[in-house]
Amino acid sequence: MRMDLQTEIIVENLNLYYGKKKALNNVSLSIPENKVTALIGPSGCGKSTFLRTLNRMNDLIEGVKIEGTVLFDDRNIYDNSVDVVELRKRIGMIFQKSNPFPKSIYENVAFGPKINGVSNKSQLDEIVEQSLIRSALWDEVKDDLNKSGLALSGGQQQRLCIARALAVNPEVLLMDEPASALDPISTTKIEDLIYELKKKYTIIIVTHNMQQAARVSDFTAFFYMGDLIEFTDTRKMFTAPDLKQTEDYIRGRFG
Amino acid sequence: MNNKILGKSIVAVSALAVIMIVSALLFILLEIYLGGRSVLSWQFLTGNPTEGMTEGGIFPAIVGTVLLVLIMSVACVPIGTITAIYLNEYASKKSFFTKMIRFAVNTLSGVPAIVFGLFGLGFFIQFIGTEMDRMFSADGSLLWGQPNILWASLTMALLTIPVVIVSVEESLKTVPNDLRGGGYALGATKWQVIRKIVIPNSISGILTGSILAIGRGAGEVAPILFTGVAYFLPHLPEKLSDQFMNLGYHIYVMATQSPDVEATKSIQYATAFVLLACTFSLSFIAIIIRYQFRKKIKE
Repeated sequence: MRMDLQTEIIVENLNLYYGKKKALNNVSLSIPENKVTALIGPSGCGKSTFLRTLNRMNDLIEGVKIEGTVLFDDRNIYDNSVDVVELRKRIGMIFQKSNPFPKSIYENVAFGPKINGVSNKSQLDEIVEQSLIRSALWDEVKDDLNKSGLALSGGQQQRLCIARALAVNPEVLLMDEPASALDPISTTKIEDLIYELKKKYTIIIVTHNMQQAARVSDFTAFFYMGDLIEFTDTRKMFTAPDLKQTEDYIRGRFG
Repeated sequence: MNNKILGKSIVAVSALAVIMIVSALLFILLEIYLGGRSVLSWQFLTGNPTEGMTEGGIFPAIVGTVLLVLIMSVACVPIGTITAIYLNEYASKKSFFTKMIRFAVNTLSGVPAIVFGLFGLGFFIQFIGTEMDRMFSADGSLLWGQPNILWASLTMALLTIPVVIVSVEESLKTVPNDLRGGGYALGATKWQVIRKIVIPNSISGILTGSILAIGRGAGEVAPILFTGVAYFLPHLPEKLSDQFMNLGYHIYVMATQSPDVEATKSIQYATAFVLLACTFSLSFIAIIIRYQFRKKIKE
């Protein structure tokens, strides 16, 4: 890891169990600020689980036990004193399946600010517009903000979800295979967007698509069977990985 | 070839079953309508029974039934909805406590209606009502310790609470977990997720559940038998401590208790027709509400 980078999140000795089954095995990793970090690996390797530990979404699943520390802003987010609700405002999340609320486009984006107590109409208008502009959706929807979010195409829905996440002004964005259900054109749009967003946000993205990881990310972490196998510069990862196992996966020899 | 025959015979058997059910329903409706046609009129709906209940209308029974289901809904809809929200959103699926609640709900919905009636008599009237009289009645006269519309409605609510719980819970389950996750990921608290995402998305289920419960309550007689319904009353109920008349019970008394059962026959049919029309229109309203909300969500 290059030392001139600011670190956003430091994960140390993270273990995670679903009941008795161990899903993450002693994972340690430092995620750099304002960069895109890709998590790759075969299905069931723990990369999505790992992503969800970063904003404590795994708390919502019964029977999950977590050991180790995740330092964000110099605090262990698993410390008892941490307010999970506050944490999730700072670390936003985009899901694999776009999940706009069955409300209007405007209400979707305004949801986060509203639950945080923003009620001033002009302030909300401003947040909604800015968020949609930053998610590259504004030009397509500015004339029908009152239309249902579900009426949008799949790719637009996903960008709406990104706008919704941006509206609460997070510092980190977690993306769980955000383009896996989209057509190539929509995927390109999301990837371009990720490139834009990293200027302002730290992005961690889970992807099954090697080309996508190579295209959008600055750093790549390779997970296998709950272990972090290799974590390095994306260019190095895809040209000369340190481990043969990583190379085999990237070249498509397994997984 | 065999599979083809099997496929066709399954279709034929299902069609037969459907025809049987539909024709049974149509036959009942037709029979009731034809039997009651001669007395069905505006006067019948708005008039009092006269001539020892062998003539006149059923207005007090309609009012009594409406009041009964209204008071019952005030009790059963909130309790049932809150219980369903607790069971589906808060309770740990595996805990002993949750299993006990579920067991209680299922058992409650399987208890025969007449047992609710006896329970209402014993619990509401003889226990709570008598105690209330002992505390509040200065001269020791009976006010709450006797059958009335409040105790009847609460007894009926016990019977319909499981109906509400089950249908509300079903509709809560249809809210995708992705939506809940989307809310949590924006920093919503559990209550905010429930109030702003889960309930708005299952409101049609909550409403239809309530309406189904009302329909059930409107049709049942056994729970109110000992707890508040009256054979005949010259006045409409005005206070919670008054007794009331009821459509279902009206049919029963005219068919079994009237001095001249033959003379009341068409009134029985017509009363049954009104009762059925009420419950059918409730179901119909439930369907419309569900449809409207589905459409609204899709737009």
